[in-house]
Amino acid sequence: MKKGRKSAKQNHETLKISYLWAMKFGVVIFPGSNCDQDVIDVLSKTMNQEVVKLWHKDHDLQGCDFIMLPGGFSYGDYLRSGAIARFSPIMQEVIQHANRGGYVMGICNGFQILTEAGLLPGALLRNQEQKFLCKNVYVKPQTTSLLATQLLDTNKAYKIPVAHGEGRFYTDADTLKKIQDNDQVMFRYCSHDGIIAPEFDCNGSLDNIAGITNEGRNVFGMMPHPERAADADLGNTDGKAIFESLLAGVLA
Amino acid sequence: MEQTLTTVETAKQLGLLEEEFEKIKSILGRTPNFTELSIFSVMWSEHCSYKNSIVWLKKLPKDSPRMLAKAGEENAGLVDIGDGLACSFKIESHNHPSAIEPYQGAATGVGGINRDIFTMGARPIAQLNSLRFGDITKDKTKGLLKGVVKGIGDYGNAFGIPTVGGELFFDPSYNINPLVNAFSAGIVESGKTVSATSYGVGNPVFIVGSATGKDGIHGAAFASKDITEDSANDLPSVQVGDPFQEKLLLEATLDVIESGCVIGMQDMGAAGITCSTSEMSAKGEHGMEIWLDKVPTRQPNMKPFEILLSESQERMLIVVKKGEEATIKKICDKWDLYCEQIGVVNDSKRLTYFQNGELVADVPADDLVLGGGAPVYHREYREPAYFQETKKFKIDSVSEPKSLEEFKKIAEHLVSHPNICSRRWVSEQYDSMVGTATMTTNMPSDAAIVKIKGTNKAIAIKVDCNSRYVNADPEEGTAIAVAEAARNIVCSGGEPLAITNCLNFGNPYVPEVYWHFVGAIKGMKKACEKFETPVTGGNVSFYNQSSDEGPVFPTPTIGMLGLLEDKSNAMTLAFQKAGDLIYLVGEAQNDINSSEYLYSYQKVALSPAPHFDLEEEYKVQNTIKELIKSKAITSAHDVSDGGLYIALLEAAMPKHLGFSIKTNSDFRKDAYLFGESQSRVVVSVKAEQKAAFEEMLKSKNTGFTLLGEVTSGVCEIDGETWHQTSDMKHVYDNALGEIMAN
Amino acid sequence: MKFTAEIDVMPKKELLDPQGKAVMLGLEHLGLNTVQDVRVGKHITLQLEAENEAEAKGKVEDACKKLLANLIMESYRFELHQN
Repeated sequence: MKKGRKSAKQNHETLKISYLWAMKFGVVIFPGSNCDQDVIDVLSKTMNQEVVKLWHKDHDLQGCDFIMLPGGFSYGDYLRSGAIARFSPIMQEVIQHANRGGYVMGICNGFQILTEAGLLPGALLRNQEQKFLCKNVYVKPQTTSLLATQLLDTNKAYKIPVAHGEGRFYTDADTLKKIQDNDQVMFRYCSHDGIIAPEFDCNGSLDNIAGITNEGRNVFGMMPHPERAADADLGNTDGKAIFESLLAGVLA
Repeated sequence: MEQTLTTVETAKQLGLLEEEFEKIKSILGRTPNFTELSIFSVMWSEHCSYKNSIVWLKKLPKDSPRMLAKAGEENAGLVDIGDGLACSFKIESHNHPSAIEPYQGAATGVGGINRDIFTMGARPIAQLNSLRFGDITKDKTKGLLKGVVKGIGDYGNAFGIPTVGGELFFDPSYNINPLVNAFSAGIVESGKTVSATSYGVGNPVFIVGSATGKDGIHGAAFASKDITEDSANDLPSVQVGDPFQEKLLLEATLDVIESGCVIGMQDMGAAGITCSTSEMSAKGEHGMEIWLDKVPTRQPNMKPFEILLSESQERMLIVVKKGEEATIKKICDKWDLYCEQIGVVNDSKRLTYFQNGELVADVPADDLVLGGGAPVYHREYREPAYFQETKKFKIDSVSEPKSLEEFKKIAEHLVSHPNICSRRWVSEQYDSMVGTATMTTNMPSDAAIVKIKGTNKAIAIKVDCNSRYVNADPEEGTAIAVAEAARNIVCSGGEPLAITNCLNFGNPYVPEVYWHFVGAIKGMKKACEKFETPVTGGNVSFYNQSSDEGPVFPTPTIGMLGLLEDKSNAMTLAFQKAGDLIYLVGEAQNDINSSEYLYSYQKVALSPAPHFDLEEEYKVQNTIKELIKSKAITSAHDVSDGGLYIALLEAAMPKHLGFSIKTNSDFRKDAYLFGESQSRVVVSVKAEQKAAFEEMLKSKNTGFTLLGEVTSGVCEIDGETWHQTSDMKHVYDNALGEIMAN
Repeated sequence: MKFTAEIDVMPKKELLDPQGKAVMLGLEHLGLNTVQDVRVGKHITLQLEAENEAEAKGKVEDACKKLLANLIMESYRFELHQN
């Protein structure tokens, strides 16, 4: 990440820490992406950050510090969610960026693409009930030693919507153990009062896992959509804290 | 040109009448060849020409200062919403395809309605659907419902436009013929809209999107003389939708419009290239020369009539300015879409179709279209015998329930009834939040509210029709459908602006069915005039038959658009706090007519439509508007299916609250609680605003009753505890899922 | 006798196959420009018991027609092996 561009206008009352960093965000648009504009709106309007659109056929990340893979149905989700998008030209650049330690976050379909690309462990299978599911769910942060969760409260259940047909996190036992041992679980599904139990696991994910990071802790993937919970007009701003975390400076 | 001339027998096989064949001959001044005859047959079909309905549709109100496009003139209605913006919206049926293959039928219905919106240059921002199925306990119905919901979900979710609401109704009259009506609304900057027109000699005509296959051409194919067993096997029996392609087509279309090169465009729906070329040419008073061999095809060796009539999905016909060929090709290349020039505009006012240099059809554009040469018929109509039967019903024939136990049983029956219980099993399969503009996710409301980003406004949208009421009395029932849609928009904080309609009826050649249709138009007309909500367009679907060969319930679905100038006026249906006062605005009636209670609990099939007075309704709605604007109330929920009791429960459940109310001994208790008389709204008021609220209602001369107050979780009536809200909520939330799982 | 049926369910050839089309586009983006057409279906393996091959064949036919394939949209074919 580049040395932070300091931003003048970003002293936010609700924030415990003022934004130390400003970042240039790149939102990748695949054919079939449909949450790209929602993420751009939050980053540029709510968070006042510089955002550029990165077209899937491009080979240039335009100097972005942070790459967002938005939700949607890249290539119609045909074959397997994320399977075709993973080979697009821009993804080759994103993979190199991540391997250099650059920040990448995938939401929903973006998470699926990151697992297909091997940047995150595991896979996202069809929901246990074999149906698309769109509703508010609750997730509990499992670690704050991460850029994406550093401002979150690990005792709080955050109300964030899901909208997916293939979101059941799965991996083999060895990988799961590694993820757990390395503190790579970002979020687990829980009840409205924070209880993590199988009945609150909306899609049958292994160990209630809703989001993970990689070993390098620079790549993040989550099925719930924080960008859908970041606008007071919609009556839910629980997701905003995740975007605020991204801008709260690097971890000490 | 093809020399094999046609006969009246072929015309009949194509669904044309003998007199229509004669008319075609006189238009052309000669006998048509097969390709030409098939062109006329599809353009003069009910679907394209509205020949059996247009006489009556013309009676509907069409004008208001906000109308930017008149009904039927464009692909969808266009309403000025201020700030230089317009809303384009429409509803359309896909009933018959959904009866054959529910998944693809419903999916392609969603695709079609969205193309109608973005072909005008508007980006869709929200969708609704209105679904009707037969007896839910039948396996066949469950299969249809599962398929339709998955089809709508898979298409709409991937397309990326939220499905924010809808309606779902079960009745055995829909056992073999479900109704699938899809609604979409989009936003466009005024002045950036595109018309379905074509003009300018020499301008190129492009086809954009999917390749053309032999989709939807059964009728014509079987009438063509040279059909063989092989070619019959080649005919797809269903059309497959591709939401991914539709998403690309949306983005490419809006990019092409933005580039400024477009003269006109129209999506390809029924009658495919034939319909788009003829309607655009007729509107622009020009002609076209079309080269069918340039059309990208999915199947080899397609005949001219097959290419012309194909209804393959996700295609657009676009006329651009001469010299801009590279512009449109570059944009389509970016989005990986086919884009081929297939013809050129001329001033002949005729459509000449060529294949490999040979002229295969030559027809005048204007004679093909509605308002031009297409036939117009007055159909006979007659009051059906059952109508007088409905009027004989008297409330006294139903004995009044007396015991608490029986009342509780009725409440439990209604709360778990598939026509009343939560639609969660359906709605959670739709992405209702993509676009981050759905305000009613966390604030449930009588209409769906979607904010218009970058402005202070929001739209409120609603689909509505209680077809049991319409069957009981087509005129009053349809007026109620309009009134209830308007009431829902008003309760959500919006101002009703305009409607679109989807008129689902049986066979129009049956006079008793046509009587339904005529009554529905009359009722719609008077209600739309009262609420100043003109009809911007829609669609007519005839030939919806029930298993006894009779018609389905007459179902004129109303899709209404409302506007919140200030989105902070959005009103929830949910009670906010224990201790708030609960009022009924509007008058109670001793009426259980056509209620779910009377129909499914008391098992009385025929009764009149519920009590309804248009003037009273108008007054109640205006009062609710004032109450919301002056912040005098904390919730508003209209009394509809299931009556007052269900309205109270629905208001209590979202925040896990309850209610304690008193009934009025001037009315039968079952009528008071479960009757569905119209023009009533349940509102909640903070205790400290009691005086101001009552003063306001008195000044408005609107009837009201203090029912009681919001409790922290118990449902109490006349001092007796009926239920805990949490228990009823559990039943309400899970009833449909449990039926579907069994 | 025990049999294994190897069943292929494919979208009918005259129907649009959106999935095949998207996969072909993906392959083109990978540089495999010589691919002419892609169609994507399902492969199903099932084990069953039957008195003889004819009965097994009938049972598999039945399974295909009633459940495994939607005959409006899909065609099927299968091979039967005795275990």
